[in-house]
Amino acid sequence: MLSPEDVQKVATLARLKLSTEELQQVSRQLDGILDYVAVLNEVDVSNVEPMAHVADVANAFREDEVRASLPREESLSNAPKTDGKYFLVPQILETA
Amino acid sequence: MDITGSTTGQLLKAMQSGSVSAVDVTQAYLDEISADGETIGAFLTVNSEGALAVATEVDRKRSRGEPLGRLAGLPVAVKDNICTKGLATTCASRMLENFVPPYDAHVTTQLLNADAVIIGKANLDEFAMGSSTENSALKVTRNPWDTDCTPGGSSGGSAAAVAARLAPLGVGSDTGGSIRQPASFCGVVGLKPTYGRVSRYGLIAFASSLDQIGSFATDVTGAALLLETLAGHDNRDSTSVDRPVPNYSATLEQPLTGLRVGVVSEFFGEGIDADVDTSVKAAIDVYRSLGAEVSEVSLPHTKYAVATYYLIACSEASSNLARYDGVHYGHRAEQFENMIDMYAASRAEGFGAEVKRRIMLGVFALSEGYSDQYYLKSLKVRRLIRNDFDLVFENVDVLAGPTCPTPAFRIGELVDDPLKMYLSDICTISANLAGIPGVSIPAGFSSDGLPIGMQLLAAPFEEETLLRAARMYERETDWHRKRPSLG
Repeated sequence: MLSPEDVQKVATLARLKLSTEELQQVSRQLDGILDYVAVLNEVDVSNVEPMAHVADVANAFREDEVRASLPREESLSNAPKTDGKYFLVPQILETA
Repeated sequence: MDITGSTTGQLLKAMQSGSVSAVDVTQAYLDEISADGETIGAFLTVNSEGALAVATEVDRKRSRGEPLGRLAGLPVAVKDNICTKGLATTCASRMLENFVPPYDAHVTTQLLNADAVIIGKANLDEFAMGSSTENSALKVTRNPWDTDCTPGGSSGGSAAAVAARLAPLGVGSDTGGSIRQPASFCGVVGLKPTYGRVSRYGLIAFASSLDQIGSFATDVTGAALLLETLAGHDNRDSTSVDRPVPNYSATLEQPLTGLRVGVVSEFFGEGIDADVDTSVKAAIDVYRSLGAEVSEVSLPHTKYAVATYYLIACSEASSNLARYDGVHYGHRAEQFENMIDMYAASRAEGFGAEVKRRIMLGVFALSEGYSDQYYLKSLKVRRLIRNDFDLVFENVDVLAGPTCPTPAFRIGELVDDPLKMYLSDICTISANLAGIPGVSIPAGFSSDGLPIGMQLLAAPFEEETLLRAARMYERETDWHRKRPSLG
């Protein structure tokens, strides 16, 4: 069973601001899902290598060369807040 | 000519012969879409103006005798998690409700180069997370065979559009069954290629080791033709495999002699609907009657597939969706206390319940103290699931079984029970974990008149075998010619 503190910690790590009600609901549902995935405890995986993906490729290298990229205007075209030059964010450093 | 009642093959032939123009074809589908209104509600954006402009250009090129692509003038419904430059791409999420991509996905470029007509952007479960399209934050899509039912998901809009003849072709993405399951629910053909066969550049990422783009059509020929267009190497997706794309449509009509069909006993397990069981077994009998060698096979780790999948998919999703920070694009909250709070508030407002649930599960499965028990464990079980397939494909060419244990469920039926919803993907999920290709083809109807799909699976990069085997069955039946009666 996940405690409300556990779930709040996960929400903080996930950068999700959840209401008390949402936290309770997610907590219940996560408990149910974790109960279900416990079925994997039955499987003997000693000497089994983890498989992160199935593609038969390792690193896909390319030449390190300068290529065209999106023009600034297009890069900023979906920004929630911009001055036309930069992405604008709230102040991060406290003023002395 | 009954344009919207035609197959892709018939439409191409009619346009080539000049009996209809590309503009006629596009206009006929646009008329169907406006006549539908919101009954099926397959589209989030209808690209009327853009589609007609491309169709006009196709007609102009044809009149001048200029070369045309293999999909010239064919309308395509594109799932709204695939970037289309200048055309809204929302992922059916409040987070991306106003997002207009500054670039095209690789498959979008492939479609445009083939002179296809992107007729609209199709609804989906938010960020492709779901099995019913009910998780769309923007719209309800209904099953054309029974509007009280879901079209399946997550590519429900693409599947419903093709089933309701709002487009002859559809593009979707399949992470755990998101092409095959809605194809089954809507009575159309849905093909998920091998992992690496189609570039995902410009597909908005959900679970990167599982996501694959594929095709919808009313028949196998259409699905094969569309795959030829989508597939191929692209160095912008490092998992895209550099190997030639076979000419699938050229060999499609050649039956496979000595075809070996494996029937997966685990896919006919507990919870399978009686009509699905009967129909799929009858479909397998068709292979017997065609001289195929049918044998029962076992994929012993099937019962662990759903658990394995949800741990892996959610872990990857929690990482992929970390990019939605309210800074570069997407929703930003109006009210917040500081930078961190801006992230948390923007994400809380922008994401729906299922997306939040999966991010939470993924963050938990990757967190300190739990990652060995959950994430690492699931990666190991994943290898065992893949090994099961490698073993059976030593003795059979294709695997056959139901795509889904039941026909379409009703809207609202499973929405409060995420685990039960996840379990509806039991037959499709293993193919994503193993990276193998699969197709769902129409194989009958339930007593309530809902479509039933048969799933065929093949070894990696054996799409040609898969499609030829699918076509062998399709030739013997007329399920794919049935159309839902709407209005």
